[in-house]
Amino acid sequence: MKYRLESRGLKSRRRFLGTAAAAMAGAMATLTGCGKNEVDAFLQHNFRELSQEELRKVIARLEQDAKAKYGKEIHIGNEPAMQGVVFGYALDLSRCIGCRRCVKACVKENNQSREPQIEWIRVLQMDKDEGVDVAHADPYYNPDKVPQEGKFYMPVQCHQCRNAPCTKVCPVGATWQTQDGIVVVDYNWCIGCRYCMAACPYGARRFNWGEPSVPSADINPATHYLGNRPRPKGVVEKCTFCIQRTRKGLYPACVEICPTGSRKFGNLADPKSEIRYILENKRVFIFKEDLNTKPKFFYFYGV
Amino acid sequence: MSTPSLQWFTRRILVLPCCWLLAGAAGAQDIQVPPPPITEGMFPCTVCHDGKNLKVNRKRRILKDMHSDIVLRHGPDSRWCLDCHDADNRDRLHLASGAQIKFTVSYELCGQCHGEKLRDWRAGVHGKRTGSWNGQKQYLLCVNCHNPHSPHFEALKPLPPPVRPEAIQAGKGGAL
Repeated sequence: MKYRLESRGLKSRRRFLGTAAAAMAGAMATLTGCGKNEVDAFLQHNFRELSQEELRKVIARLEQDAKAKYGKEIHIGNEPAMQGVVFGYALDLSRCIGCRRCVKACVKENNQSREPQIEWIRVLQMDKDEGVDVAHADPYYNPDKVPQEGKFYMPVQCHQCRNAPCTKVCPVGATWQTQDGIVVVDYNWCIGCRYCMAACPYGARRFNWGEPSVPSADINPATHYLGNRPRPKGVVEKCTFCIQRTRKGLYPACVEICPTGSRKFGNLADPKSEIRYILENKRVFIFKEDLNTKPKFFYFYGV
Repeated sequence: MSTPSLQWFTRRILVLPCCWLLAGAAGAQDIQVPPPPITEGMFPCTVCHDGKNLKVNRKRRILKDMHSDIVLRHGPDSRWCLDCHDADNRDRLHLASGAQIKFTVSYELCGQCHGEKLRDWRAGVHGKRTGSWNGQKQYLLCVNCHNPHSPHFEALKPLPPPVRPEAIQAGKGGAL
């Protein structure tokens, strides 16, 4: 009986707070001169706490904002993780020639800011004699032709760690690992503190220091809430294994573009997948394995 | 009473063969390849190499009158055209056994020496795959990426490097 009373009390308190928030929103809208969308965005909850109905409203609002900004219909999806799927990625270090086709395809697919420039993938050029030596790696190489004699290339992007340091340090829970293993960011919940960037040993996260800009003609209208939808200034973003593609069964954009076929992607939970074949039959290398981040991104030697 | 027997009939007689058929079709599509990149106007080869007006010359030589653009940089010096191209039917290639094969299955020819590459290619580990990670995939033939006469992968011009942080701080292409 006591419990019931308490719970009823809690409910009425919640109802009161809800009404108060709504009243405050109205007052804020009048006082600050903000539009309804801005107020709604301010009061929006974390993606993981949204009901289907709330999510539908949030997405409708975001689509409206995106259309106003880019003058184009942009679809924001929220496809859930598939059952029995854990995504894994493998990159053939013996074949990558460092042509950066993946970097630019990723920028295009995932609506990364062109000005200021944001690129989720960074290709490191290193000496074959030295092996993997990040301290002396060069990401700015620009010869006429690649591969250069005596060099090898190692593209680095989010490793989608199972033991991800970035999700642990986020003070607000704006980044987390989904059921299919993709580490995602709720751009509307991120406060831009960049702790996650400091925690990531792979330097895979990027911060929107400026208002991101993408020419309207270049914007990819097929997006996902946790992936390539247009981002605001002041939030962190990173590779999501092209969540908007892979959750529909497609390969990520970087896999599709790679001219040497160095990039491999699949379901780690499926014993017949390409990724499992690689893990079971090839020499596999885990970048910074000693940090125990347990990445789902592997490097291997195909020859 | 007749329902179970009807179910049995549907399951055993109709569904199972349909599954086999579908599985067979999927198996055939597993190695789905685009057409080989043959120079336009070259195929069929038998337009010129008909065996009547142009007799077969089996002598190993450097070609001067035709196909002089082909540079052969593939394996030992002793290798030449008719090791792979069939002398009796120029629209076909041949394996070491003498068996003729179409240009569309040239991977079987390549696989005679590069067996481990063929194995990896079939598994989807060597070479590029596009399409769907959990469904239909498109493969490329060996010759779509490697020129069979000079198979080393061609060097490419890299796309532009990232902007340096100094340039971003100076406001050139940076945050404003």
